[in-house]
Amino acid sequence: MIAEKNKIQPEVLEAVVIRFVGDSGDGMQLTGTQFSDTSAMIGNDVSTFPNYPSEIRAPQGSLYGVSGFQVHIGSVEISTPGDDVDLLVAMNPAGLKTNLYAVKPGHTIIIDTDSFSKKNLEKAKYETNPLEDGSLDNYRVIEVAISSLTKEALKDVEGLDNKTITRSKNMFALGIVYWMYDRSTDHTIDFFNKKFASKPHLIEANTKVLNTGFYFAETLELIPNSYTISPASMPAGTYRIISGNTATAWGFLAAAEKSGIELFLGSYPITPATDILHELVKHKHFGVKAFQAEDEIAGITSAIGASFAGDLAITTTSGPGLALKSEALGLAMMVELPLVVVNVQRGGPSTGLPTKTEQSDLLQAMYGRNGESPVIVMAASTPSDCFKYAYEAAKLALEHMTPVILLTDGYIANGSEPWLIKSVAEMPEIKNNRINEVKENWHPYDRDKETLARDWAVPGTFGLEHRIGGLEKDKITGDVSHVPENHEYMTKIRAEKIKRVENYIPELETEFAKTGDLLVVGWGGTYGSLHSAVKQLNEKGYDKIGYAHFNYINPLPKNTEAILRQFKKIVVCELNNGQFASILKMNFNKYDFLQFNKIQGLPFGNTELTEKFKHLLS
Amino acid sequence: METTAKKEYTFKDFASNQEVRWCPGCDDYVILRSMQKALPEMGVKKEDVVFISGIGCSSRFPYYMDTYGMHGIHGRAPAIASGVKLANPDLSVWVVTGDGDSMAIGGNHFIHVLRRNIDLNILLFNNEIYGLTKGQFSPTSLVRQKTKSSPYGNTQPPFQPGELAIGAQARFFARIGGNTPKEMTQMFIDAETFNGTSLIEILQNCVIFNDGCFTQYTDKNVREDQQLFVEDGEPMIFGKNKDKGLVLNGLKLEVVTIGENGITEQDILVHNAGEQDPTLHQMLVRLEYPLVTGIIRRFQDVTLEEREDALTKEVMANSKFTKTDDLFFSGETYEVK
Ligand SMILES: Cc1ncc(C[n+]2csc(CCOP(=O)(O)OP(=O)(O)O)c2C)c(N)n1
Ligand code: SF4
Ligand SMILES: [Mg+2]
Repeated sequence: MIAEKNKIQPEVLEAVVIRFVGDSGDGMQLTGTQFSDTSAMIGNDVSTFPNYPSEIRAPQGSLYGVSGFQVHIGSVEISTPGDDVDLLVAMNPAGLKTNLYAVKPGHTIIIDTDSFSKKNLEKAKYETNPLEDGSLDNYRVIEVAISSLTKEALKDVEGLDNKTITRSKNMFALGIVYWMYDRSTDHTIDFFNKKFASKPHLIEANTKVLNTGFYFAETLELIPNSYTISPASMPAGTYRIISGNTATAWGFLAAAEKSGIELFLGSYPITPATDILHELVKHKHFGVKAFQAEDEIAGITSAIGASFAGDLAITTTSGPGLALKSEALGLAMMVELPLVVVNVQRGGPSTGLPTKTEQSDLLQAMYGRNGESPVIVMAASTPSDCFKYAYEAAKLALEHMTPVILLTDGYIANGSEPWLIKSVAEMPEIKNNRINEVKENWHPYDRDKETLARDWAVPGTFGLEHRIGGLEKDKITGDVSHVPENHEYMTKIRAEKIKRVENYIPELETEFAKTGDLLVVGWGGTYGSLHSAVKQLNEKGYDKIGYAHFNYINPLPKNTEAILRQFKKIVVCELNNGQFASILKMNFNKYDFLQFNKIQGLPFGNTELTEKFKHLLS
Repeated sequence: METTAKKEYTFKDFASNQEVRWCPGCDDYVILRSMQKALPEMGVKKEDVVFISGIGCSSRFPYYMDTYGMHGIHGRAPAIASGVKLANPDLSVWVVTGDGDSMAIGGNHFIHVLRRNIDLNILLFNNEIYGLTKGQFSPTSLVRQKTKSSPYGNTQPPFQPGELAIGAQARFFARIGGNTPKEMTQMFIDAETFNGTSLIEILQNCVIFNDGCFTQYTDKNVREDQQLFVEDGEPMIFGKNKDKGLVLNGLKLEVVTIGENGITEQDILVHNAGEQDPTLHQMLVRLEYPLVTGIIRRFQDVTLEEREDALTKEVMANSKFTKTDDLFFSGETYEVK
């Protein structure tokens, strides 16, 4: 019987979306991470997205205490965590109830039947048991008594309390899923060996449960078939799975090392940006000075002080925090010091939807300061390229002596995907405008002829003592000046300095059709969704649709108009009410910019995009 | 800061080429001059000195000093200065702030900088009024005080800066009249010598909007009788005839006269600025008669930079990472061929 089963050849799939859901205490994040890491290691492309409850200790079994982790793996290019779930693993009724919507009829659900007790059904507000009332008839439901099978598997292992036993049931589920998708348990067992090095009984217990789950799936006819996903064709090299927030933090570490300038972070915790702070505080060994300030204002102003004193200074936050930083950002712009402000956008306005994603701080980043106050505004597009854009933001800040706002969002910040690891040696040079010796007739606002960046003379440098501040400066001496013409001159030169950055950033590129009927325009964290939707249409023969994605918004790439001109229709897609569209309209007013907006705290779905584009093409 | 390479500076070396624009007669001139005189005595190199200010009349101060300086934004100087000092602990960093700048808009930064004990020197120009915005009441204005924004009298009770500061764990708190440049100069030197955050409250007369607000204590004719200038290790005696002193009566300070009721100098409390327990220091800052000036509290404690430095060294010694590549290629990586 077993031998028989083993002979079955797994069915080959291109891509699959799996979602693990359960109670906050059920270890769903770990289960999902293990599955995606194992898949990445056998060469699949992966993209993941966690979904935590916003309450820290939500009551067990409650609907709002459900924790989930979605994994999208493929032998093809994977650019989003996926929309429709092919396999849902539900460890309790609340998980099933809150996630069933994502599973299409006909797809598979694995359920821990032990958890479907009367009490848990009540907590999940089920009036009847979905396992009995026929409401799951349209799905392929695999019922497994995971909790009791786990207990049974562990009955001979010494030194385990009940809690430990219950907690390892997620590994039983993972074992089943490993078997179903034809992956080995080796990576996860290695992980146990490392993680529980000092607790051998936990290694034994977890390994046993994982393997029992795996063999259970293999043995029982309950699970009709298994699948495999071949390795994706990805550029050769060393990879790791990285989240957007970690990649952002690491981009700054790399920039500091490359530039030889010490990194200073001034920050105040705020969802979903806090993980950048969490990451950077770990790296004291690289000399990172991470300062958790008393509020966002102190976060940015301490960074301004550090920048004045010669550090590569950054501050990290989300929308409400950026609002608090706006006055200080104006100061940084006025004193023309290098500074990077990261805004991991979340649903706004006000406290809004802290744990949801949105792109609605674009205009705040562009204009949210008093006076004429231009800064560089740029945006990362995927979890892994947060590394590149954080690095680039630091480089631009240092080379152009200006604040830079780097926009990411909750979706790419928490999502993760493979990152082809970059060694610092491969990264572009970072220059700076430091002046270390007395020059005759030197003034603090002396500018580089090409970039217009001013000199950076830091305290401690002999003979270059000078004062800067928020008051308007004389264009030559840098002393306080209220002269009308001087103010106009300085306002214009500050604008021109940012404008000239266009000579130092890459040109905009079009993907798919270079000319044609419809240009899809996106910016920032929507890259994955938009790219895959346009790609899909292209593969289906729609060859008149192109895609242009913006990472630089102020200034815009020089060739923007040359690209817009190539298409009959332009649709600007963004997770807000049309902010980037309004910037494009203002800059290129002879074009008609159609809009596709979504403001639900959610990323774009594949179907809504392809439907929209097809409609626009017809 | 570097103290070895003592250069012979004079006060002129610290005066910038900017024309000083405070109102004639403003105490700010006295403070500026005292600072320019104190700096050559400190043995710090001019290029290592940084003045950071917020916004207000007082906050124009950095423009007049030929050192490094930043005129920041309203209330945020302690945070800017913290960044400067954490970035480069070798600098001598000074914060210049007003009563509104530090205790109204900047109250949050003010308490936290004191709590952290970063080695900064803070000069609080207390004129019990908003000078720059032309005369509104401030967090130190008195109840009933008539100002532009309290024409019928102020109804908000004031902060006593020393009480707030010591409550926020200030390790060094001193108070000085704005018309005593000699003592002030010495106090600036003492603040620089102190390792940790030092706060000096300067009773600064604003001739335009709050003239005479401290006269009852600072006027030459009454000063000795109304002020007790405390010195560490000395009995707390004051008065023209040096015959008044402080004793503790139960939980209260009491003024006594030496030679009356059998009181001798031996009975007078001896000032201990270095006492960790702030109870007596709190009583001293709250006293209205006499007004206590001088260095009221100077308790040597570990600074934030010292803690950070020790921790960084420890982490570095135990870390397997020296380059970012070590980190990037560590842990769960995999090869794609
Ligand atoms: C954000 C902000 N709010 C308000 C002001 C206006 N403002 C400038 S100085 C000041 C009060 C200054 O009072 P104080 O700190 O006591 O300084 P002084 O002028 O008395 O030395 C105010 C309200 C400002 N510059 N910035
Ligand atoms: S307004 Fe008052 S504090 Fe300001 S400069 Fe004039 S006298 Fe001095
Ligand atoms: Mg004042």
